[in-house]
Amino acid sequence: MSALLEVSGLDAYYGPIQALFGLDFVVEEGGVTALLGANGAGKTTTLRALSGLIRRQGDIRLGGRAIVGLSTEAVARLGVAHVPDGRGTFTDLTVEENLRLGAYVRRDRAEVRRDFDRVFGYFPRLAERRKQQAGTLSGGEQQMLAISRALLMRPKLLMLDEPSFGLAPMIVQEIFRILAAINRDEGVSMLIVEQNASLALDLADHAVLIETGRAAMSGAAHMLRADDAVRRAYLGY
Amino acid sequence: MTGTAPRTLLTLALFAAALAFPFLASGYHIYQGAQVLILAIALIGLNLLTGYNGQISLGHGAFFAIGGYGAAILTVKLGVPYFLAIPLASLVCFGAGFLFGFPALRFGGLYLALATFALAVATPQILAYKGFDAVTGGSSGVTLIKPRAPFGLPLSADQWLYLVCLACAAILYFAARNLVTSRIGRALVALRDQPIAAETMGVDAALYKTTCFGVSALYAGVAGGLSALAVGFVSPESFGLSLSLSFLVGIVVGGLASLGGMLFGALFIEFVPNLADQLSVTFGESAKALPGAIYGVLLILAMAIMPGGVAGALRSALRWASKTK
Amino acid sequence: MPSSGASRVNEFLHQLASGLALGGVYAIMALALVMIYQATQLVNFAQGEMAMFSTYFAWKLTDLGWPYWRAFAVTVVVSFLGGIALERIVVRPFAKAPVLASVIVFIGLSLIFNALAGWLYGYSTTDFPTPFDGRPWFGQRYMSAHESGSVLVSLVVLALVWAFFRFTPLGLAMRAAAQNPTSSRLVGIRVGWMLAIGWGLAAAIGAIAGMMAAPIVYLDPNMMAGILLYAFAGAVLGGIDNPFGAAFGGFAVGVVENLMGAYVVGSEVKLSVALAIIVGVLVWRPSGLFGRRIVARV
Repeated sequence: MSALLEVSGLDAYYGPIQALFGLDFVVEEGGVTALLGANGAGKTTTLRALSGLIRRQGDIRLGGRAIVGLSTEAVARLGVAHVPDGRGTFTDLTVEENLRLGAYVRRDRAEVRRDFDRVFGYFPRLAERRKQQAGTLSGGEQQMLAISRALLMRPKLLMLDEPSFGLAPMIVQEIFRILAAINRDEGVSMLIVEQNASLALDLADHAVLIETGRAAMSGAAHMLRADDAVRRAYLGY
Repeated sequence: MTGTAPRTLLTLALFAAALAFPFLASGYHIYQGAQVLILAIALIGLNLLTGYNGQISLGHGAFFAIGGYGAAILTVKLGVPYFLAIPLASLVCFGAGFLFGFPALRFGGLYLALATFALAVATPQILAYKGFDAVTGGSSGVTLIKPRAPFGLPLSADQWLYLVCLACAAILYFAARNLVTSRIGRALVALRDQPIAAETMGVDAALYKTTCFGVSALYAGVAGGLSALAVGFVSPESFGLSLSLSFLVGIVVGGLASLGGMLFGALFIEFVPNLADQLSVTFGESAKALPGAIYGVLLILAMAIMPGGVAGALRSALRWASKTK
Repeated sequence: MPSSGASRVNEFLHQLASGLALGGVYAIMALALVMIYQATQLVNFAQGEMAMFSTYFAWKLTDLGWPYWRAFAVTVVVSFLGGIALERIVVRPFAKAPVLASVIVFIGLSLIFNALAGWLYGYSTTDFPTPFDGRPWFGQRYMSAHESGSVLVSLVVLALVWAFFRFTPLGLAMRAAAQNPTSSRLVGIRVGWMLAIGWGLAAAIGAIAGMMAAPIVYLDPNMMAGILLYAFAGAVLGGIDNPFGAAFGGFAVGVVENLMGAYVVGSEVKLSVALAIIVGVLVWRPSGLFGRRIVARV
């Protein structure tokens, strides 16, 4: 496997305050990397830095191409779909309009139509609610909408920020099952930030443990799962 | 603060120069000097509201108008002596400002700008309203008699009026200075910068903001009253949107949240239109566009590169000079 | 003065019609204001003077002998591009500035446009042509041909704007950018350009408003001050975050202003009707008739 995303020496800042310190990790082509860590460790910050939502420096390569100087829009147009924390729903727009925004930069109309059918296949509930205002959806439905919107970008890399946040366990199970299917069937690479380390490690092949803005440990997912310290601190058994 | 002694000296020197001015200059220049002082008073008032308290008013010409018409009506129609008429008219302004401040509380920010803009545009029409003709003189306005110097002092009417304006400006300047350096002044600034924090710390936002509006209008009223005496005439067209906007230009050019800077602001808005008038003699009607163009460009430039206005620029120049010494 | 009931009804209908005609102008001006408000939570105080300047541009073209509709179309396009340029060059640097600074910049812009118009075209009042001359439409007597045409143009503009935002991908992206800039950037929308296009559209709509108003109020550099005020009143009345509320408000203000002017306060103080509407609405119903709520941006 070759690396789709290579991050090395990534620093990021909120205004004058440095939040990430020389982070290194990769997402393999077709692979899933999980970012683990406590609240405030810098997981969400890492995704924001990759998307160019905050000031960052270091080396970020997507398919070999340096993207560290690019704007958020440009990163998105290169095929990085970022499902932000809080899901980033356009609450006043309809479900369908939210999805059309996902395909905003695409010109291959026929393919877009097929992708609509595909995401409705994954999330039939969204199809039922096409004309409904997105703000009226439940939390789980909004998460499905956010993932679908991202999929309509036909991304090379799907970045998910806490997809399980605030959802009932059953819904979480369903969403992770579908994420696994998307990864397996369509080969979409993923970078996933997750509080629920056990779930994330099930999905991921690589994992990075972030502590106070630094990579405390990284490697194959099964390796981190086997680590005593990780197990006690993040898996809770 | 190390700057206090030189600042006091500078203020005294300026005051002495201003005091000597009417005895050195000719009639028209004395009149212009009085206009500058009058505008400075209005600008200090507006700056208390906008610069210090962060409430945007695009309609202070309306309060200036109330002061002017108040003074005119009281002296001409009711025979009140001018030295009583001006305080009375400015108290009316305080009331008007205070009352306008109440709805203003609910608007905040942009909406206050909208409402005061509406006030500025509507003012000339309201002043010209036929129903008030008997009192306001309709569109032809009211003519006043310039007051003479009392006690047989050997001063011309222009000189006397200038000195009255200077006295008013000095008193109101020091009052404003004391206000902004006091606890109340700090509360006003806190309400501008940290409204929620200020309120949680027990600042009665409603009271402070409405009172600030009232005081600001009072300053505009004094200025309007003095202006009516100096010009000898009030009419609706002199109190339109352009007057209100020139006040805004004055405080921005002079320096937001600066009091001394208002002298520069006043000089600026007095002499730029004057310059344009002189140029229009040679260049014809198109020179009328000059003040607006200069004002507009300066407003934008000031926001872009010199948010402190002339006062801010001087302050940083002095700081730079004292550092390099 | 003795007057028959029929003629009083006629007079009333006539006033109502004139109110609708100017109301259409206020409605589309209000729409232009809302377009910028939705994206930036700011009211463009220069909108009126920009429209006035565009109208002078159109006048210059017709004065050169261009046919009306060609001058109209070119003016709309040039205003659109001018609006974009203005946003990119002048407004953009103040995107993160406090409200006071933005308001000052807008006032600065309005002074500049006013001065430019005076300098280029002079301060005297001029006639402006209308494409709708001739006999009143549909055989009625209450509304002149220009007034009818002006209402029609306003309605067409409203319909086009609605269709643009409702059905085109660009319109959808603009709505998205106004609502949630971060999410919009994450799907690849160039939010900065959306703001610029918003300014362009507002300028183009303003130009149309100016060209419809000028035959009624005559062309001079201060022609738009009152119209902008009524448009403010309309936007505040209908809800400044709701385009169609604002447009409705514009029509309503036009009618109310005309009827109040004719029957209650007298036409000389009609502007105070706008003042009263603005202050009244902000005090009693700050979100307007159809607006959601006012987000205080202190």
